[in-house]
Amino acid sequence: MYKILEKTQYSEKVFKFRVEAPQMAKKAQAGQFLMVRADERGERVPFTFANWNPDEGWVEFIFMVIGKTTEMLSTYKEGDSLMDVTGPLGNPTEMESGTWAVIGGGVGLAIAYPVARMLCESGHKVNVIMGARTKDLLLLTDQFRELPLEHLYITTDDGSEGEKGVVTLPLERMCQAKELDHVFAVGPVPMMKFSAMTCEKYDVPITASLNPIMVDGTGMCGCCRVEVDGETKFACVDGPDFDATKVDWNDLRARQASYRTEEGQALKAYEEETCPCHI
Amino acid sequence: MPYIDGKYKPSIGAPRTPAREEDPQVRATNFGPVDTGYTRDDAIAEANRCLDCKKPLCVTGCPVGINIPGFIEKIRQEKCGEGLDIIREASMLPSICGRVCPQENQCEGKCILGKKGEPVAIGQLERYLGDNARDKATDPVCRHKNEHKVAVVGSGPSGIACAGELARRCYDVTVFEAFFTGGGVLTYGIPEFRLPKEIVKREIEGLELMGVDFQYDSVVGRLVDADDLFEQGYEAIYLAVGAGLPKFLNIPGENLPGVFCANEYLTRVNLMKANNFPRYDTPTKHGKNVVVFGGGNVAMDAARTALRLGADHVTLAYRRGEEEMPARRAELHHAKQEGVEILPLVSPLEFKADDDGNVASVRLERMELGEPDASGRRRPVAIEGSEFEIPCDVAVTAIGTNANPFAKMVGDVKLNKWGYVETDENGQTSNPRIWAGGDIVTGAATVILAMGAGKKAAASIADKIGA
Ligand SMILES: Cc1cc2nc3c(=O)[nH]c(=O)nc-3n(C[C@H](O)[C@H](O)[C@H](O)COP(=O)(O)OP(=O)(O)OC[C@H]3O[C@@H](n4cnc5c(N)ncnc54)[C@H](O)[C@@H]3O)c2cc1C
Ligand SMILES: Cc1cc2nc3c(=O)[nH]c(=O)nc-3n(C[C@H](O)[C@H](O)[C@H](O)COP(=O)(O)OP(=O)(O)OC[C@H]3O[C@@H](n4cnc5c(N)ncnc54)[C@H](O)[C@@H]3O)c2cc1C
Ligand code: SF4
Ligand code: SF4
Ligand code: FES
Repeated sequence: MYKILEKTQYSEKVFKFRVEAPQMAKKAQAGQFLMVRADERGERVPFTFANWNPDEGWVEFIFMVIGKTTEMLSTYKEGDSLMDVTGPLGNPTEMESGTWAVIGGGVGLAIAYPVARMLCESGHKVNVIMGARTKDLLLLTDQFRELPLEHLYITTDDGSEGEKGVVTLPLERMCQAKELDHVFAVGPVPMMKFSAMTCEKYDVPITASLNPIMVDGTGMCGCCRVEVDGETKFACVDGPDFDATKVDWNDLRARQASYRTEEGQALKAYEEETCPCHI
Repeated sequence: MPYIDGKYKPSIGAPRTPAREEDPQVRATNFGPVDTGYTRDDAIAEANRCLDCKKPLCVTGCPVGINIPGFIEKIRQEKCGEGLDIIREASMLPSICGRVCPQENQCEGKCILGKKGEPVAIGQLERYLGDNARDKATDPVCRHKNEHKVAVVGSGPSGIACAGELARRCYDVTVFEAFFTGGGVLTYGIPEFRLPKEIVKREIEGLELMGVDFQYDSVVGRLVDADDLFEQGYEAIYLAVGAGLPKFLNIPGENLPGVFCANEYLTRVNLMKANNFPRYDTPTKHGKNVVVFGGGNVAMDAARTALRLGADHVTLAYRRGEEEMPARRAELHHAKQEGVEILPLVSPLEFKADDDGNVASVRLERMELGEPDASGRRRPVAIEGSEFEIPCDVAVTAIGTNANPFAKMVGDVKLNKWGYVETDENGQTSNPRIWAGGDIVTGAATVILAMGAGKKAAASIADKIGA
């Protein structure tokens, strides 16, 4: 069992857990993830390390409520325990020197934030582009603002916050001005895909952190397979970071959506089970 | 009467005692055991068929050399505890191997009775003792642990066997397992209807009683590595991480939703209980027309799981003929009885999607057997113009695995060009403090070989670090 030492709520749907895991805290690196099985009947879901402390023996992850498991996790309180936490998994993000743009969209912002923070802490020049459909879907805005960034750009599709439009607008401007040595992107597939196309146009290297559905996270099941440069790769052991210009995005998108119907069913069953009208 | 004047007289010419199998129509709809095992009378009748050979050929067919006529004699004499003790000298997992060994190529394949008629049902008898004689057998508990700590990486049959053997010799053993539960392929791969998880659990609890410590959620190579373990005082490491990465067909459409590799398909059900979704959170796909590619045990397990998930039609497509299928004969027989259609001599060319982007059909071509290849088996070659298409809303590929990528991350050991660990005949790797065995050394093989390797390595480790 892995005890939740601290629970932080950032907004209606965004939370951070600090979990007791002394050995994991010694090994975690930015860009790696852990997998949680909340209880006996739970599925295994991956979350990126948001922070860790080897001296105090804890790791943290930030999650957004989008379905059954994250909904259920949001009801866990400080002092409760998660049944299983496995990690660190995946390869650390490579942080070459130079000026970076970190792009995050939607839930991807939860993954972009620790990478941006880590880049700042290790002395890189960092720009962040936050993107969402609308203002309410932007996460961790205050946390990003606190980082010592070169620039923080915000774009929303409807213009309710920051610039109206998509993340590639500021990205393209920075590319044109030759301000960037590296780009890191994580978020919805279209966002990563168009960021990759923009970077390719200006010959700026771009890494995307891919988030396919996973089962074991150790390279055994093949569920997380992605097509990169015409080859089948396993996001959990070969990634999760890949050269974004080489990823087959249609493939990733289709596989991510494989269980839409079942995910809906699971959430519905959970809501019925926990609804107070059912007691 | 088998004993006349104290001398054993086998029942010459008696037919092999049939297995007790559930009705195929009924069992194909649930995950309960297919073969419920011999009764006492069955076991004694079958034991009476054994000729008690002076030079037992059966033993030469068993990879771990179990004294087969020895334990069969004990069944006959109804001294089942002593029978189990005899098996345990060579094998830690009789309830498991009795069920899953490919007996027709091993012990039973060599049994002298098989020359003219049917061999003794050695697997059934072994399982009978494993299942029923535990409380009568000698308790292998060690009362005082010695000072030496050994780490075992992976809790599959190889890791379990090594841990058990070392615990018996009073070493202080810790097993590190990546998953949240033990057993390796025995737990996440081989389905409940063939190997009840209760049995695997019982073996692991047995080890815990012997003082073995299990550390779950521990991916060695990431959470700790060999250097960390040596620093923590472990004197030796046994690497038993299994085969790992599934192979793919490398044909168009293979990544479409609805196309699984067998490991994922089986893990979702066996480990994550997707058959009980949404009571359990992990879902799977319940196809109506399921096509499985492969001809081994893994393919059989996937096909029979598909039936139990409610498929109307399950086809098992294999490149060679039915005769060449490497699966255990019992599994092939059970699969056919339950209604799995065997489609031999075909090879898939492409998966096609429906409008929603899910797999909807597969295009195949027919094959014929040509010249023998390096393995001695006749190589399938495509017949030109023989292409055809069949519907499938779930496809499962079961065409083998590559080496587990963690092997190289655990510690500095020499790998062969395919990424498997190189060892000597005792399981010793190029690193004097690391041993390895099971699928990570041999490539995907069998439970009994994995177990045998674990046992052998345990002896070598004990030799090296002393008592
Ligand atoms: C390497 C990696 C790192 C991640 N890091 C974070 C993070 O730091 N914070 C965060 O909020 N989210 C992260 N995610 C996504 C997170 O795992 C999903 O949001 C979570 O699984 C949703 O589960 P659910 O039951 O609440 O929703 P569901 O209703 O089950 O799913 C909603 C969507 O989440 C995705 N998803 C579902 N199950 C899985 C699974 N087992 N593995 C991967 N994706 C799944 C699917 O695309 C699905 O459409 C990460 C995913 C990956 C692969
Ligand atoms: C579906 C299926 C059916 C089969 N049917 C039969 C059969 O009928 N008869 C037969 O004889 N054989 C059968 N086999 C083959 C047999 O199961 C294997 O040969 C055997 O399990 C290999 O044992 P092992 O201990 O080497 O590895 P595994 O059983 O694969 O166990 C390896 C263990 O190590 C763990 N692990 C991996 N990496 C790490 C790490 N980095 N840190 C910690 N732990 C790790 C894994 O999670 C796993 O638990 C079948 C295999 C499959 C997949
Ligand atoms: S371990 Fe396997 S091969 Fe050996 S006797 Fe038992 S069933 Fe036969
Ligand atoms: S070869 Fe057959 S008959 Fe002879 S001892 Fe072995 S099991 Fe008995
Ligand atoms: S999640 Fe199973 S192989 Fe990556």
